[in-house]
Amino acid sequence: MNAIDIPLDRLPPQQRAVICAVDGERTFRRRLMEFGFVPGAEVTLRTTSPVGDPLDVVLRGARVSLRRREAASIGVRLLGP
Amino acid sequence: MSTPPWVALAGCPNTGKTTLFNALTGRRARVGNYPGITVERVFAEALTPGGPVTVVDVPGAYSLAARSADEQVAVSALLGLAGNPRPALTVVVLDATRLERNLYFALQVIELGSPVILAVNMMDAARSEGVQLDLDAMSAALGVPVVGVSARQGEGIDALRAEVARVLAEPAAPPPWTWTPGPALEADLAALAPAAAAMGEGLSPGATRALALWALLSIDSSDELTDVPAGLRLQVLARLKAAREAGRDVDAEGVTARYTWIDAQMGAWIRRSPVPRSWTDRLDAVLLHPVAGFVLFLGIMVVVFQALFAWSEPLIGLVEKAIGLAGSGVQAVVPAGIFADFLTDAVVGGVGNVLVFVPQIALLFVFISLMEDTGYMSRIAFLMDRIMNRVGLHGRAFVPMMSAYACAVPAVMATRTMERRRDRYLTMMVLPLTTCSARLPVYTLLIAALVPATVIFGVSAKSLVMVGLYLFGTITALLAAAVIGRTVLKGERVPLLMELPPYRRPSARSVGRRVARRSWLFIRDAGAFIFVCTAILWALLYFPRSNAEVEALERAHAAVQAPTAEQKAAFALEIEGAQKRGSIAGRIGHVMEPALEPFGQDWQVGVGLLGAFAAREVFVSTMGLIFGMGRDVDAESAPLRARLQSEKRPDGKPRYTPLSALALMIFLALACQCMSTLAAVKRETGGYKWPVFMFTYMTTLAWVCAVGVYQAGRLLGYG
Repeated sequence: MNAIDIPLDRLPPQQRAVICAVDGERTFRRRLMEFGFVPGAEVTLRTTSPVGDPLDVVLRGARVSLRRREAASIGVRLLGP
Repeated sequence: MSTPPWVALAGCPNTGKTTLFNALTGRRARVGNYPGITVERVFAEALTPGGPVTVVDVPGAYSLAARSADEQVAVSALLGLAGNPRPALTVVVLDATRLERNLYFALQVIELGSPVILAVNMMDAARSEGVQLDLDAMSAALGVPVVGVSARQGEGIDALRAEVARVLAEPAAPPPWTWTPGPALEADLAALAPAAAAMGEGLSPGATRALALWALLSIDSSDELTDVPAGLRLQVLARLKAAREAGRDVDAEGVTARYTWIDAQMGAWIRRSPVPRSWTDRLDAVLLHPVAGFVLFLGIMVVVFQALFAWSEPLIGLVEKAIGLAGSGVQAVVPAGIFADFLTDAVVGGVGNVLVFVPQIALLFVFISLMEDTGYMSRIAFLMDRIMNRVGLHGRAFVPMMSAYACAVPAVMATRTMERRRDRYLTMMVLPLTTCSARLPVYTLLIAALVPATVIFGVSAKSLVMVGLYLFGTITALLAAAVIGRTVLKGERVPLLMELPPYRRPSARSVGRRVARRSWLFIRDAGAFIFVCTAILWALLYFPRSNAEVEALERAHAAVQAPTAEQKAAFALEIEGAQKRGSIAGRIGHVMEPALEPFGQDWQVGVGLLGAFAAREVFVSTMGLIFGMGRDVDAESAPLRARLQSEKRPDGKPRYTPLSALALMIFLALACQCMSTLAAVKRETGGYKWPVFMFTYMTTLAWVCAVGVYQAGRLLGYG
C-alpha cells in the first residue's frame, strides 16, 4: 500500500473509495475477492453497527457487512466527491 | 417410462431461489440429505412442456470454490460428483436488482460446461427500483439462454418451464469461457486436468478444466474437503508452491478476470435511473439506529418470546386434549390390563410427547421465516455480531438462544438459520443450558416447598433463587460457548462476510411452506427417538407389576371390611406408589443413590430424574407417583410440598433441606434432562455423536456443580 492508501476500516463514512489491494489469509482473501472486493472495485462505507462493529459497506450495488478486523486487510484509495 | 431428468437449481443466497423452486414444483418437495453429509437436499418434480423433470435445490453460495465439505456440496451437485446424480441442466437464479453480485457465481456455473439457463428473478422489484435490463444482450454476451422471472408473482415461470424443455430437448454446445486465463494459469489448468477428471466419471473436457481451476482455488494444506483424489491434491499443492515461488497470485488470477469481464460488460445490459432514497435505506435508518434499532429489536424479540411462551399454550392445550381423548378412547375399547396401559401411556403418550412440540416449532418458524424472508435476520446478525462474537457465537445465534428460554427443541431446529456447521453445532450444544419453561414447574415446587420465606432487602429469598437460576443458566451457557468453541469445536476463526439484502415483502405461501416442512421434518426425524424413549421410560416405571410391598399392602387392604369409595381410591394410590418404588426405575434409583448422595439426594429423587427424562416437568408427577399421591399432582400441590418437607433420613433429620433443594435445582439447571432435545440434536446433526457429547458434558457439569455447592454449603454449616 502506498502512502495515500488507507485500510477500509478507517474510511470516513460516505466517502467513496476504490479498492487497491486485498491482503490476508488465503481462504478469506479468496472469499473477499469472490464476494466482489477486487482491486478496482468501488466501495463506500455506509455506516457501522451501532455497537461499533461490523461495518456496513456498499459494494457493487449491494450492502455487505464485514468486521473491522477483516476490513483492515483491504486497502482503498479515496476518490474525489 | 424413463426417470425424469435432473435439473439443478443453483444461485447466491437472497436471490429468491427457494421461492422459484416452490413456484416451479408445487408443494410435493421431498427432503433428504446429500450423499455422505448432513446438508439438506430438497427436490421435487416439476412439469415442463417436454415432460416432467426432477428439480433439486442446490444450497445457496456466492462461489463454487469450497473449503469445507458443506461448501463442496454445490460443485458436487452440479457436476454429479460424490454419489450425486448428474443434472442434465442447471438453472442459475440471479437477483435482477443486484446482478453484478450474482454474475460471478453464474460465470462459474457456465464454465462447468453443462447446459445452463439463467433465471433473472425479481424483475418486478427491478422495475420498481428503476433498473432496466436488456436480457437479450446479456444472453448474447454470456452464450446461454436468459429468462426474466418474478417467482413471487408467478411471472415468467411458464416461459422458464418452456425454456427448460427446449434446452433439454436440444442442448447447445457450451459457450467458451468469457475470460482467457494467462499462459501460466492455462498451463496449471492443463496440467491438473487429468487428475481433476478422476473426481467423477465421464466428465466433459469443459467440466474437467473448470474442476482443475476449482481445485486450484479450493485446495490448500488445511482445507476440509472430501472426495478429492490424493493425486489431484498433491499436484495442486505443488502447483501452488511453484506459483508462489514465481511470485504469482493464483487466487487473484482466477477471480479478478471474471470481475473484469463482468465490469466491462454490465454497462451494456443495465440502465439504472436514479431513484429517490430507497425503502430499505429508510427502514434501516430506523431499524439499525443506535437507540431505536435496539429498542425495536428487543420489541420484536419480546413478541417472538411471548409467542413461544404464551401463544403456544392454547395450541399445546389442544394437542394435550386430543391425546387425552385418544387415551380414554383406547381405554374404552381395549380391556383393562397391561396392553391397555401400554397403548394409553406408552403409545398414545409417546405420540403426544412428539406432537406437543409442534405448536412451538411452528410458531418459531413463522417468525424465523418472516425475519429471513424480509431480510431482517441479517440485520439481527449485524446488530448482535459483536456481542455474540465475544463468546464465539454467530450473531444469528441470538434467536435460537433466546427461543431456548421457552423450549430447547424448537431452538435447536432454529440453529438452521446459520450457514456454517460449526456455528450451528456450537449454538446447539449450549442452548439447553438456558432455563427452559419445562424447568419452571420443578423449580416452583422445590422453591415453594424448601426455600425459606426469608426476606432479603425487601425481596423474598424464593424469588431471588428463581431469578438466580435464570441468570445462572444464561451465564453458564455463554461460558460453555466460550469453552466449547475453543476446545471441542475449535475451528479457524471464520470472518463475517454477509450481505444485507434489501427488505422484501414476505409471502404467506413461502412462510407457510417452511413452517409445514420444519414441523413435519421434526415429527419424521425426531419422532421415533422420542417415541421409543417414552415407551422405555414407561416400561421402567411399569414393571414389575408386583413386589413384596405391594403384596403386603394388598393383604392389609383385603382385611378392611367393606371399604368406602374414598378408601378404595387411597388404597389404589398406595399400591401404585409401592409398585413404582419397587419398579425397575425404583431399583435404578437405588443403584444411582451413591451418585446422588454427594449432592444431598436420595433414590426417590433418582426416580424423579429418570422420569424427568421424558420431559423435565414430569419430575413433579413422578415424585407424586413415588410418594403414592398419584400422577395428577402439580407444582402447586400442597400434599406434595408437605411430603418433601416432612421426609426424614434414617437419623431423623429432614431428608430435603434448602441446601439439598438448591443443589438439586443446580443439577436440573445444567443436566441434559430431556430426551426430546437430544432427539432434535440428533436430527439436526445426523447422528449420535453430538447428542452423546451434549448429554455427557452437561450431566458431568451438572453433577460437579451440584456436588460442589452441596458440599461447600455443608462445610459452611448449612443443611
